[in-house]
Amino acid sequence: MTLPELSSSLLYVAFIAYLIATFVFGGAVKGNKEGSFKSEGRWGKIAFIITLIGFIAQLGYFFTRWAATGHPPLSNMFEFTTAFGMTLVGGFIILYLLYKTPVLGMVVLPVALLIIAFASMFPSEVSPLIPALQTNWLAIHVSTTVIAEGILAISAGAGLIYLLKVVDMEKKSKQRFWLETIMYSLIVVVGFVVASTYFTLTDYQAEFTYINKDNAEASIEYNMPPLVGMNEYTSLTEGAMEPLLETPAIINAGKVTTVLWSFIVGTILYWIIRLIARKRIAAIFKPFLKNVNLQLMDEINYRSVIIGFPLFTLGALIFAMIWAQIAWSRFWGWDPKEVWALITWLFYAAFLHLRLGKGWQGEKSAWLAVAGFAIIMFNLVAVNLIIAGLHSYA
Amino acid sequence: MENLVCKCGHKNPPGTILCESCGRSLTEEEQSKKLADMRYEGTARRSQTYNKSIIDKIWNFFSSVKVGVGIIVVLLVAAAIGTILPQAQYVNVPVRNDATLQAYYADVYGEIGKIYYFLGLHDMYSSFWFITLVGLLAISLIVASLDRFVPLYRSLKNQRVLRHRSFMNKQRIYAEGQAPDDVLVKAEEKLKELKYNVTLDKNGLLAEKGRFSRWGPYVNHIGLIIFLSGVMLRMVPGFYVDETLWIREGETRAIPEAPGYYLESEKFTIETYSGEGDEELFEDALDRVGTVAKNYQTDIVLYQTPEESLPGATDEMEMMKEESIRVNQPLKFDGYAVYQMDYKLNELRAMTFDLTDKETDASLGTLTIDLVKPEDSYDLGNGSKVDLLGYYPDFSGFENGEPQTATPVPNNPGFLVRMYTPETPEGEVSFIVIQDTIEPLGENQYKLTFQSAETRHASGLTIRKDRTLPILGLGGLIFMIGVAQGMYFNHRRFWIQQQEGGTVLLAGHTNKNWFGLKKDLDQVSEYASLPVYTDQQEEVEKKEKLDKEQKVEGDELR
Amino acid sequence: MAEQKANKSNKKRNRAIMRSAILSLLVIAIGYTIYNSVTAEDVEVLKAGDKAPDFALLDMEGNSHKLSDYEGEGVFLNFWGTWCAPCVKEMPAMDRQFQEYEDQGVNVLAVNIAQSDFEVQSFVDRFGLSFPVAIDKSKSVMTAYNIRPLPTTVLVNPEGEIQRIVTGEMTEEDIKGFMEEIRPQ
Repeated sequence: MTLPELSSSLLYVAFIAYLIATFVFGGAVKGNKEGSFKSEGRWGKIAFIITLIGFIAQLGYFFTRWAATGHPPLSNMFEFTTAFGMTLVGGFIILYLLYKTPVLGMVVLPVALLIIAFASMFPSEVSPLIPALQTNWLAIHVSTTVIAEGILAISAGAGLIYLLKVVDMEKKSKQRFWLETIMYSLIVVVGFVVASTYFTLTDYQAEFTYINKDNAEASIEYNMPPLVGMNEYTSLTEGAMEPLLETPAIINAGKVTTVLWSFIVGTILYWIIRLIARKRIAAIFKPFLKNVNLQLMDEINYRSVIIGFPLFTLGALIFAMIWAQIAWSRFWGWDPKEVWALITWLFYAAFLHLRLGKGWQGEKSAWLAVAGFAIIMFNLVAVNLIIAGLHSYA
Repeated sequence: MENLVCKCGHKNPPGTILCESCGRSLTEEEQSKKLADMRYEGTARRSQTYNKSIIDKIWNFFSSVKVGVGIIVVLLVAAAIGTILPQAQYVNVPVRNDATLQAYYADVYGEIGKIYYFLGLHDMYSSFWFITLVGLLAISLIVASLDRFVPLYRSLKNQRVLRHRSFMNKQRIYAEGQAPDDVLVKAEEKLKELKYNVTLDKNGLLAEKGRFSRWGPYVNHIGLIIFLSGVMLRMVPGFYVDETLWIREGETRAIPEAPGYYLESEKFTIETYSGEGDEELFEDALDRVGTVAKNYQTDIVLYQTPEESLPGATDEMEMMKEESIRVNQPLKFDGYAVYQMDYKLNELRAMTFDLTDKETDASLGTLTIDLVKPEDSYDLGNGSKVDLLGYYPDFSGFENGEPQTATPVPNNPGFLVRMYTPETPEGEVSFIVIQDTIEPLGENQYKLTFQSAETRHASGLTIRKDRTLPILGLGGLIFMIGVAQGMYFNHRRFWIQQQEGGTVLLAGHTNKNWFGLKKDLDQVSEYASLPVYTDQQEEVEKKEKLDKEQKVEGDELR
Repeated sequence: MAEQKANKSNKKRNRAIMRSAILSLLVIAIGYTIYNSVTAEDVEVLKAGDKAPDFALLDMEGNSHKLSDYEGEGVFLNFWGTWCAPCVKEMPAMDRQFQEYEDQGVNVLAVNIAQSDFEVQSFVDRFGLSFPVAIDKSKSVMTAYNIRPLPTTVLVNPEGEIQRIVTGEMTEEDIKGFMEEIRPQ
């Protein structure tokens, strides 16, 4: 087995381990109906060990890939997003050791799974570094940032548990709507994974030529049936689906098609789950959360921000500025990625001021933590894929 | 507003919640609370106390956390809006001015682009209102910090050991009960062992640890202010140099804004990944994306002229450095940094022609015209020669019969030549451009046939000097220190009082991490046999929970 | 009691002064920053009234021209290139006026921006220019004078100060006027 192959296998092992651990954590929490903390502790411990095995396997993936390519695997969408899943699990491990809360694993691990699955939809072959990335600052800047983001995501996990427990899913309210929206958007990511996997396995391809924004002819290959077509497209593949509508030249209809398919599959999945369970997704979790200590969740939420925020400042702003000064000759250039890092930072600064200065604890804090995660994900996904900039390494 | 006189006789500034001296609650609201509000030690935030003149009102406005967070949120939203469409600096237009930019946004992004441009969002981050927003944030940082820091500092500096009973029993950690006589001595001993600063006064004891963590927020705000002032200085002329230098292989150029320094480019190199040998494992990736650049490099020589030397006089230049500038490896000298930023490949350097007979195609000899240093005349031997009458590096047409050049760059070189051969001793005039020959003075017998060309590359370098970097670095460092100081350390205090009859009062407070505080207290309690303490917050919560559950049960019964 | 009151109003006044001072300082700082950012693009390194940076260049005949050697006389410093049509257009007029003012202590030096000897020499020959023409091979004089558009003419008065910086084409009348300006009295 070559190093890259070994590396991929280890990632696969990690994925399976996290998957199993999720269910064992769920069992630990659920089996604890009568409040017998002993059984929760025992099953929680087993789940934690499985998580640990998965984490070690993923570290193995990380370092074998590093050894194979000669550079830290943090240089494109696949590598960065996978690492994000890893630091999320790493953050969970630290907080589990501190607080021994299986319920956190039950919520954080599926999110980590989703992130890793999302990552593997991007080209995953080992790729060489462009000159701008050939420096140790790649490891320093990106690893600090990704660790910080993993820890900040834990705060969102704790916040989500808090919300799942306190928001009343029986009564119509803004809170109920937004919480369900969060669950729905997680399922849309599943929809994306399902749709991409299905069309990749069936080897779907449709080629088009079109007129791009500079009025030149260009070609594009769709890997999903083209729901929307590019500007003035002509189909090159026989028997390919006729796009339902045409978009202006600045819109990449290929990406729009992917997003649409994710929503379609995600929505179908959502309603299947909802019809089978006969309740809202957020309500499904209620029985698992009977014994959740809200104060502890609030504490975890705040603790994670307190650890994540300084790390984020260091990695995503200070180290980023030092590297930008060396590679691009200026420490700050209002590149979209930079701006969104600043936005993330400002958001958590506001979070801390509201919490410490205005007493926003409990539910308010939980909503803020989830919103912070949304901003991080926006910076990771949307800024890389939609808003073009210097950081578009996907 | 009048000063608040406490029962103990101490005069407190208006707005104070807890008496600065004894700790009694001063407001009715505070008196009715189960736990004391210990934020800022119950001192008056300075701006809350007076509300008189306009200046005071402005001051109060910026002192509020709500306003500070409001500014942060507005800034955050504005920053996000600026990323909807690319900023003007990242837009490619052939000629950069307001008209072309406006046209670009309108053409590429349609109506949205027009509105975006109209609102000035294409250059948002340097707009006056965005800078003003950042400035408002700076004001808020300074005012709010001053307003809180000064009273907090005063209050912590003048702490009294003996506090009123009502202060003690409103602390989250509280105990009251019998204890042995030597309790203070033993407690002191143990607390000192735990690295507490212990002060004794009559029948009381105050133990304190980690007070400096209370300054964390102010330290990190100072860091931010230093950083922002660095950013401000950067806009002052002279603090910051940003120049572009295009230099071709073989050229020597003065470095803009760096008097006395010259750069010679020896060679520009561009490399791409091959996907072979060591790079074989990248083959799949390369197949998918095509070529990937591996290296951009300009080999340079840095020269400096002696101090007294003048611009233009380059004979006395001394070689300082011979180096390669690569991405991530700028050339550094005397506070300047030169970066590899751009390149242009294959600019014409020299052209080789054959002098040929148009009918027989027989060659009479070859000449190479060096475009950097064209010569007046090229002797081909055998009685043939070519005189160069005119050279037009970027030929753009004729004006009044005179060939014109659009730029000094050899994009489309034109040559006016007179060709002499033994057969045509008078010479024949010919005008040659790439793939075309004009014979202005009638049909010629000979022509110059293009054979080959030599090219060279040009490097686009950026020259920077930024004197504000140390200030920015210092600001960032102080910010990080402040954050760590405030977040990873905590301020713990215990008050112990021995009453008459062997009763002991005990109270504990920390600004965070109550778990750690309790751990300390457990050790002291055991050693000095202190009464058992309660966490009053937990009591309050337990009670609330119980009330709620009872209410739920009541609802269910109904 | 009265003393206390006086003390109090004193304190209040001090506070007002303190706060006004801090706030106005901050407002000035912000204003200055905005001013700098708005004017950032048109910062001119050199302007009229500044001392003209000294330099030394060889002309086409090999004679050295050092600006400081011309102190006491006016120097009409013209930056040009053969590709720049307005530069070409104003050359003959400059030459005519130079012949008028040469004896009155006005020197003309035409500085070409880093072109080849051949191009410059054939240009000089074509127009029969009588004033010295030099080539700024390393663009160091151009850099020192921060020359952006061509043509740019820098008028140096007998005191060695910059009298005026002219960008763009000049008519013969303009040239005459400018030479008059820098003519030693």
